[in-house]
Amino acid sequence: MRPAVSALLRKELRLELRTFQVIPAMALFSITTLIVFHFSLDEDAIDGKLAAGVLTITLLFSAILGINRLFVSDHEEDGFDGFLLAPVDRTALLVAKAIALFAFLVVLEVVAVPAFDVMLLDPELLSADAIGQTALTLLLANLALAIVGTLVGALAIQTRARDLIVPLIALPLLLPVVIGTAKLLAPTFAAAGAEALPGRWLAILALYDLVFGLLAYAVFDFLIED
Amino acid sequence: MSGTRLRLLSVATVITLIAGYSLAAFYAPMDADQGFIQKIFYLHVPMAIVALCGFVLAGIFAILQLRTDDSKWDLRSYVAIHVSIILGVGVLITGAIWAKASWGHWWVWDEPTLVSFLIVFLLYGTYTPLRFSIEDRTKQARYASVFAITAGAFVPLNFAAVRAATATVHPRTFDRTGNLPGKMALAFLVCFVGMAFLYWLLFEYEIAHKTTVARLRALKRKLADDDDGARARRSAAPELQVS
Amino acid sequence: MTAAAIELDGLTRRHGEREALSDVTLTLPAGATLVVFGPNGAGKTTLLRVLATLLRPHGGTARVLGKELPGEGWAVRGKVGFLGHASLLYRDLTARENLRFHARLHGVDAARVDALLDAVGLKSRADDPVHTYSRGMVQRAAVARAVLHDPELLLLDEPTANLDPRAVEVVEPLIGAASGRTRVVTSHDPVGGLRDADLALGLRGGRAELLAPAAQVTSARIGELYR
Repeated sequence: MRPAVSALLRKELRLELRTFQVIPAMALFSITTLIVFHFSLDEDAIDGKLAAGVLTITLLFSAILGINRLFVSDHEEDGFDGFLLAPVDRTALLVAKAIALFAFLVVLEVVAVPAFDVMLLDPELLSADAIGQTALTLLLANLALAIVGTLVGALAIQTRARDLIVPLIALPLLLPVVIGTAKLLAPTFAAAGAEALPGRWLAILALYDLVFGLLAYAVFDFLIED
Repeated sequence: MSGTRLRLLSVATVITLIAGYSLAAFYAPMDADQGFIQKIFYLHVPMAIVALCGFVLAGIFAILQLRTDDSKWDLRSYVAIHVSIILGVGVLITGAIWAKASWGHWWVWDEPTLVSFLIVFLLYGTYTPLRFSIEDRTKQARYASVFAITAGAFVPLNFAAVRAATATVHPRTFDRTGNLPGKMALAFLVCFVGMAFLYWLLFEYEIAHKTTVARLRALKRKLADDDDGARARRSAAPELQVS
Repeated sequence: MTAAAIELDGLTRRHGEREALSDVTLTLPAGATLVVFGPNGAGKTTLLRVLATLLRPHGGTARVLGKELPGEGWAVRGKVGFLGHASLLYRDLTARENLRFHARLHGVDAARVDALLDAVGLKSRADDPVHTYSRGMVQRAAVARAVLHDPELLLLDEPTANLDPRAVEVVEPLIGAASGRTRVVTSHDPVGGLRDADLALGLRGGRAELLAPAAQVTSARIGELYR
């Protein structure tokens, strides 16, 4: 399966670099959202739970945007057929797409998190600890977003109201991730300096990743075959 | 299910429910804090548990659908979700009534079970629009099954996450369901069994209805010798293959 | 034992409430060409897609290259070349990138990509994105994609539809009768279709109304299918 995943991934990245369908939209949307938050909250130095919530929401909705576009290029020109005709494991597509989405999310966060820090976060809170903890939290969250995003994206691409179906289905499914991310970021952005991460929530996020990873692996074939 | 067995089930359901709610109203002790309104617990909690089991059951039917490609499992999955959603509406309404009576608010975030239930309800609310937006019937069945399996696996995960997230500052009566006093436990048990029967009854009725409609349509098609089924309306309901 | 490339027995495939293919039975020996005629909606494309393992049979049995569908479909995939209405190429990638991608999926050497691009006459434009191509060029690139992995069986849905006579000549050795491969070709051209075929199948409403050696079928008979 590895050569197939590699071939698919190269194609994904090459397409994205050529057409910029996904990353710029997500990045721009995240910045706009942060600006909206600034004005609607009338804040420029937030911390703790509020900071965690704002960042989580911004990343989540930007991710949804990306998920909506994940399978668009494949769907045109009966794209899945090309893959289905090849003598490869169908799950290779799941793995490749999830890795690609994960990569796109990392790029998104490289833009959005500094922007968040500059625009909204209390400037005193940026420490090495905070950055490290944020990175770890987002790593686990990205994994969940990538898996669920690929699954829901593949489900939605064949329906008619594709852009509606993705958020409607993905958001409830991702709620445990939202909870976990917020619970992990809140102490990270605590007013008195980054506190230790509650291990329980790291475990819950990791468990979610595992369960959905296995689930996606099991059901993905049925989504793309006929 | 045959007509006779369906009638038997109806009778059993009615009897059990009446018995259960009589026990709840008159036999079980009154709650000191909340008074009579606490008794809504006997309606709300069994409904919630049965509805959630229904969602998980739908996931199991969906697995069977994917394995056997037999549309009868898709129908059962669809109906299971349908009935669970109906009960779900009841759960949310009774939950809100109870919240209002206990805390003065129609909605409380402190109650993890209620919150988890809302999330699950919202998720399954997308099931029918999802089905409706896929025109090809076989694809519809397959995608709905994938959804039902994913959502079914999600239910326990969601409950665990929300429970962990919610501060248990206000313990509620049914948090202590594990150690209900004897009289309450009996009333609860009977209500639960009654609710399970009710679910089963609604399930079987809807299955019988849909199967009959499918057979009727197949017969009509045979009579008219109609090959061009293109006139079939777009529908979210599963299509039964009846020869 | 049997040298049949395709063995269908009562093949049925539903689409919603109607049967897109209904009880189709035929045998095609290896190296032979089957031409499929029929009005739009008759089931020609469905038949091709079932043979390509893109669709599962709903009834009857289907054996392609000795393997039973759908169970052994995975064993067939690398040996079948499919050319449908859609090019299966990513419009924003170049022909070379598209073919290299398919080559990697099929485990084919990259050198073959260059050779094929040359063979279909796209060498000079191989590094331009597919969306800049004319329809004829897209079709030629799609032909290259279809034969990239040297398939035993070719499934061609109106393969020369967008090609001028010169281009038809160019692709002929790859997908034409001279290619020596087993072929199933759909066609709306009775004369041309019958000329290159060994067996003729006429579909209407999913049913096989006509199945006979091509030499015994007249264009007039084909014309009746469309009435």
